[in-house]
Amino acid sequence: MTAFWISVKTALCATGIVFFAGLYAARFVYGLKRFRGIIDGLFTLPMVLPPTVVGFFILLAVGKNSPFGRFLLQFQIQLVFSWGATVIASAVVSFPMMYRTVLGSMEQMDRNLIYAGRTLGMSERRIFWTVMIPSCRKGILAGTVLAMARAIGEFGATMMVAGNIPGRTQTLSTAVYTAMQAGDRTSAFRWVLVILALSLPMMFFINYFGNGKKGG
Amino acid sequence: MELIVDIQKKLHHFSLQIQFEAGQEIIGLLGASGCGKSMTLKCIAGIEKPDQGRIILNGDTLFDSGKNINLPVQKRGIGYLFQNYALFPHMTVEQNITSGMQGKRHEKKAEADRLMERFYLQGLERQYPTQLSGGQQQRVALARILAAKPRILLLDEPFSALDTWLRWQLEQEMKKTLEAFPGATLLVSHNRNEVYRLCSRVGVLANGKLQAIQEKWTLFQEPQTPEACLLTGCKNISPVKILPDGQIEACYWGIRLKPEKPVDSSTHYVGIRAHYFIPVEDFSLPNTFEVQAEQIIEDTFSIIIMARTKGSLEKGRKGLIRWELSKEKWKELQGKRLLLHIAEKDVLLLS
Repeated sequence: MTAFWISVKTALCATGIVFFAGLYAARFVYGLKRFRGIIDGLFTLPMVLPPTVVGFFILLAVGKNSPFGRFLLQFQIQLVFSWGATVIASAVVSFPMMYRTVLGSMEQMDRNLIYAGRTLGMSERRIFWTVMIPSCRKGILAGTVLAMARAIGEFGATMMVAGNIPGRTQTLSTAVYTAMQAGDRTSAFRWVLVILALSLPMMFFINYFGNGKKGG
Repeated sequence: MELIVDIQKKLHHFSLQIQFEAGQEIIGLLGASGCGKSMTLKCIAGIEKPDQGRIILNGDTLFDSGKNINLPVQKRGIGYLFQNYALFPHMTVEQNITSGMQGKRHEKKAEADRLMERFYLQGLERQYPTQLSGGQQQRVALARILAAKPRILLLDEPFSALDTWLRWQLEQEMKKTLEAFPGATLLVSHNRNEVYRLCSRVGVLANGKLQAIQEKWTLFQEPQTPEACLLTGCKNISPVKILPDGQIEACYWGIRLKPEKPVDSSTHYVGIRAHYFIPVEDFSLPNTFEVQAEQIIEDTFSIIIMARTKGSLEKGRKGLIRWELSKEKWKELQGKRLLLHIAEKDVLLLS
């Protein structure tokens, strides 16, 4: 069951990072007047690129030969092929889910609410926390769940940067792959059921909160 | 207490050119939808940035393109009533009202209580905006604005979201609130009656240009431009040709008119209000012409006749004159020749 716990831990950590990163990224892009298209495209890229390409870029950024990787090596830390790498891979790949969903709900909110906050003398920070976030809570919730579901299912980028080391970096999705490669269909089927049991309730949750009730 | 605005901003279809000064008074900006009314208010509030010009409030420069000053919205001290009120939907009435207040918690509470009493909102403290009626929502929005102690009030079509009956009631309440407010108020609307009842001076905004702000009596009785004439409710406007004898010929209707005021080269249009036509028996008076009723529309308390003059040059709807009269009067005229007279003083010369 280690693969299960590694997956859950990874997904939770990645979602935690992506929650804040996506929120601030969406706020940043929402307020942009120029270069919006370019930056929006950059932030969405991990969603449309093949996961292996994303993994390749992550290796470029944090691998042993990158400035950041060299910096970490001074402290005897090596990210690649460690548990941390599974978190980074999942976070990068699931980031667009959060970012896109939140930005979408920000764009749907009544801009006058922000203007009203400003004319009432509320600081931009207060407007963000007390007006924008509550107004977009449904989008934020949906984005978080989507990001988590994506993080649980992450495969390609994880393989590239964290590998498939049983007990250390092997997650549910890579475990399915390993089992199938070894011809062990029973194990593969077990892992598949576990993934389904994790992901399906999340989608039900989104639909339940996404369609009903007031507010937006 | 004064506001000086002199700004320009290029928009999609036209450029905004606004220039006026306001003291402690209620000024109305009258304009059709899409003429730049809301944009004007947004520029003053700092929500939008003008391309050029300056905005000065009580001696403080809010915006000056020459000196590169553009005060953030928060520092301008402006109360803005949005068309949809923009109440924070997830906050209670009380939280909405205190959202712009400064000070300690109990001071805010006391001030909010005072405002809720003043705006008849007691007992609604814990309600959410969606649970309130349209009128209550507007009162909350006003209370919230006044709680932030603004130096000037900007009202964007304040009654457009309400049905007619509520409109009247809230308008009267609003009048009291505005009269008690120690600063300038700017109200934009497309409703001439509303503007006339609430404001002291009115300016007409057409295609982004603000025409001179005038006393409302002057504007409504002697509109100077075709836009002002239309917005003040005049239904009949036609370009004119000036004749050598000082009379004018209305091009759309093919009739000669003798105005009371002397005609000069600045006269390009003529306006006649729909209820100023007087039915007469013969041609003894000047400014009398024969018409034929082409369409008869029964309104709630009057009859509207779309009539064509004998000499009408325009074949389409442009050539029609709109004439309004009481139902009794129309009954008396049944079967008679329709001769209409217009008094010299009621021939509005427009530039």
